[in-house]
Amino acid sequence: MPEYEPVLLANLSKPDIETLKGYEAQGGYRTLRRVLKELSPSEVAAMVRASGLRGRGGAGFLTGLKWSFLPADHPGPRYLCVNADESEPGTFSNRVLMEGDPHQVLEGTILSAYATGASTAYIYLRFEYPLCFRRLQAAIDECYGAGLLGKNILGSDFSLDIYIHRGAAAYVCGEETGLIESLEGKRAWPRIKPPFPAVEGLFRKPTVVNNVETLACVTHILDRGVDWFRSIGVPPKPNDPRDPGSLGPKLYCVSGHVNRPGCYEGPLGLPCREVIERFGGGVWKNRKAKAAVPGGLSTGLLAAEELDTPLDFDGPVRAGCLGLGTAGVIVFDETYSMIDFLHNSCRFFAHESCGQCTPCREGTYWALSMMERIKAGRGRLKDLDLLLEIADSIGIIPGTTICGLADGAAWPIKTAIRKFRHEFEDYIRRTNPQGYAATEPVAACTGSSA
Amino acid sequence: MPTALIDGRELELGEHERLNGIEAARRLGIEIPHYCWHPGLSVVGSCRMCLVEVGMRDPKTGQISMLPRLVPACNTPVRDGTVLVTNSEKVQRARAMVEEDLLLRHPIDCPICDKAGECRLQDYHFTYGQEQRRADIRPFTSRRRDVGSEITLFVDRCIMCSRCVRFCREISGTSELLVVQRGAHEEIDVLPDFPLNNKLSGNVVDLCPVGALCDKNFLYRQRVWYLKSHPGVCTGCAIGCSTWIDENQDHVWRIRPRENLAVNRWWICNDGRYDYPHVHSDQRILVPRRRDGEAWTDLSWNGLIRELDSRLRQAGRIGVVLSPFLTVEEAFLLASYARQVDPQAVIVVGHVPVVDEDERFPGGFIIAAEKCPNRRGVEAIASRMMGRVLAWEAFLGEVSSLGLRGLWVSGGYKRPWIDEATVDRLRGLELLIVQDLFPSPLTERADYVLPAAAFPERDGSYVNRNDHLQSVRWAIRPPRGVRPEGSVFWELLGRSGLYDAPGALRELAAEIGYFHLALGTIPEGGVNLKTNLLA
Repeated sequence: MPEYEPVLLANLSKPDIETLKGYEAQGGYRTLRRVLKELSPSEVAAMVRASGLRGRGGAGFLTGLKWSFLPADHPGPRYLCVNADESEPGTFSNRVLMEGDPHQVLEGTILSAYATGASTAYIYLRFEYPLCFRRLQAAIDECYGAGLLGKNILGSDFSLDIYIHRGAAAYVCGEETGLIESLEGKRAWPRIKPPFPAVEGLFRKPTVVNNVETLACVTHILDRGVDWFRSIGVPPKPNDPRDPGSLGPKLYCVSGHVNRPGCYEGPLGLPCREVIERFGGGVWKNRKAKAAVPGGLSTGLLAAEELDTPLDFDGPVRAGCLGLGTAGVIVFDETYSMIDFLHNSCRFFAHESCGQCTPCREGTYWALSMMERIKAGRGRLKDLDLLLEIADSIGIIPGTTICGLADGAAWPIKTAIRKFRHEFEDYIRRTNPQGYAATEPVAACTGSSA
Repeated sequence: MPTALIDGRELELGEHERLNGIEAARRLGIEIPHYCWHPGLSVVGSCRMCLVEVGMRDPKTGQISMLPRLVPACNTPVRDGTVLVTNSEKVQRARAMVEEDLLLRHPIDCPICDKAGECRLQDYHFTYGQEQRRADIRPFTSRRRDVGSEITLFVDRCIMCSRCVRFCREISGTSELLVVQRGAHEEIDVLPDFPLNNKLSGNVVDLCPVGALCDKNFLYRQRVWYLKSHPGVCTGCAIGCSTWIDENQDHVWRIRPRENLAVNRWWICNDGRYDYPHVHSDQRILVPRRRDGEAWTDLSWNGLIRELDSRLRQAGRIGVVLSPFLTVEEAFLLASYARQVDPQAVIVVGHVPVVDEDERFPGGFIIAAEKCPNRRGVEAIASRMMGRVLAWEAFLGEVSSLGLRGLWVSGGYKRPWIDEATVDRLRGLELLIVQDLFPSPLTERADYVLPAAAFPERDGSYVNRNDHLQSVRWAIRPPRGVRPEGSVFWELLGRSGLYDAPGALRELAAEIGYFHLALGTIPEGGVNLKTNLLA
């Protein structure tokens, strides 16, 4: 593989890059100036569609296709929501972009708003990112001053306002309709679809919700061209016309038991092992990896022997995981207990379940109470089958919930128990050798803040 | 004709019909269980009880392709070619799982729960649930919290269907109820100092599919399986909402809304819901009485009607006051009788109580200012018999010039309605017969006081202010000593046998054009008398 030249993180170490001056010194807003002069919105949208860019927020939906769902004859207004509510455990790439290079995010946002015909963009920012907020807000103010935002941007007839909305720290606000509800000032209960946000979204108007990293990619597609973008990553399978491939650059977040945790850029489709070794500097303390989460906690687990799985949109699925997710790799070394992993995972999702759909609200709670009991040494072997039954029955994929949070809760359970069942069984046999049920009722689990 | 396929059976749909899966299946008699969906509220699709398998049938080849995942029927529009499977093993497993989930933390305190017997959670558990409990989670106890002056909330019984929250936002428009906390710790609550005290609040109790929201007026009074439900019409205002009157051994314990899309949809107001205590009030007039000089003599009904008849005929020149609380049949019989005694008899429309102005709610519900059920019906009869509508207030103005010697005033008023000064204007009558629920200055002055029947005791029809006629039968028997007006008038007219309200309505419909549409059978939801005029 030829040496990959980073683009998304290229300017991170440049002087004063968080200011407009510093960004423009690196060629910033060059693309925006050119596009506003030379290209029509539909040409921009067509380029993004041709590039095969897929959403970086987790589901990997084709961005150009999502934009094309906007009704052409709607009188407007249309909205663009920037999903910066990055809360998937193990993921921090949006934070790196927004803190390190806020103008890059804004340029992508302005270009995408131009392409989708949005007159207002909302950046839904996770509350726990105060530095992102300060830098983004400062960058927005600079843009207004420089005529890059507001009425008639750079003398064109395109106008755009950008507002930052700071969320109140709920995982479910990262789900696009949950985000929209929250932005409207309501409880973040995801909406039932249809109607999809492109038809009826924020304030019941056509709305596009895109991830920060997706929008950052848009600038580079328009700058360097579709062919450049399509030369990176995994091309579509020639014999499968429905496979869009996994194209373009991707930010990998490496955390857990590695020597150099951090956010790194590479082409899509790097093997998980390479991400751990080359970016993360290998497993710490000279230990071996026992397992790794390929793309944020909700995607599940790769066992040690599956670490050669390529991190493209398809690879983790073949290895029994939910998908690529956010490419947030969490590494566990050989000393780590999978019981602890699963307990912690269940605690997270029980805490974050919005509580709207019965199977998710009760299923995550039930799974947590079982994991607490198992961990406390009162587990039974049949609990494992019950946990799997719960996990298999919740989520969008079986159709029992409105949003994907329950799928995210299910996959760690499924993969941990299916791939490490012997460890769970050993633990239960060791801690509860008689195997009989706990006769005293189990106290209600705490659920709230850990 | 668009055709859908549900459990292998074909359902023909109207051209522009918009049904969801639950409504379409119901047409074929297939019940899809559901908690959160309600026809009057927005669709959230969160309880996941109505999950079904959905597919499409190709119109050309007839090939059916099914979706791999389950879909909530409440959010599935049924169109031409839609295929629903509601009874497959997959669907049944999903239902069983939802039932098991809902019972994880439910206190299962059915023996002390008001809802037991009409509880969806109970019913669905027996139909769709698992036989054994697999979870060892100790359910919480039944925490109780008052959310308003009429409504109390048993927090842990709640299954978070959010019907009550949506009702307060969409129908009453007052938004008192909300969800607090998150995930399994979610609860319904109100904000401090903003209790659930709107005039439609009682509906959340009917909406609640479990025993979480309970009505304090009904709490621990009756087990629902002792109650018998009778269709009724609310007599609280001129809208005439359809109701269920729930009684046990001639005691009304509860009034609930009855679905009627032409009148009240699915709701009633608290004024109508709590309108029954007067029925069992100990202040009611229960015995017919006659004034003999200064003293009162209690009478029995034996021979009383013949006595009244002869006194009225003696008086010769008489008038009758048709109360807007009478049914149209009763008003028609009384007016006919008056005409029989005195062809020039004056027929007056009784006092129409009006309080403030109409109250309108964002969901379209209206509480009328006119606090009686049948002004339109009584007016139609009076204007036909009399040639004009002589209202009570106008009648008081001209009573001295009419030369009346006898007057029959029908009442049925639930609240005080007449003062001494008004009564004074009726001075000079030789014979005053008053028929009412409660003693008043008018009954003090009367020569005969007859007990009236309360609304659940009456047979007959009411016409609301939009010309919608509804017929009901009696729900409870009147207390001993009380004879419903209908049977009194029936006997006054010298008719034999029991009072026959449907027969009287047919007579009325044949005689007065306004009621013509009441000639056929009256459907459950009633009939709009103006329909033919619009056509």
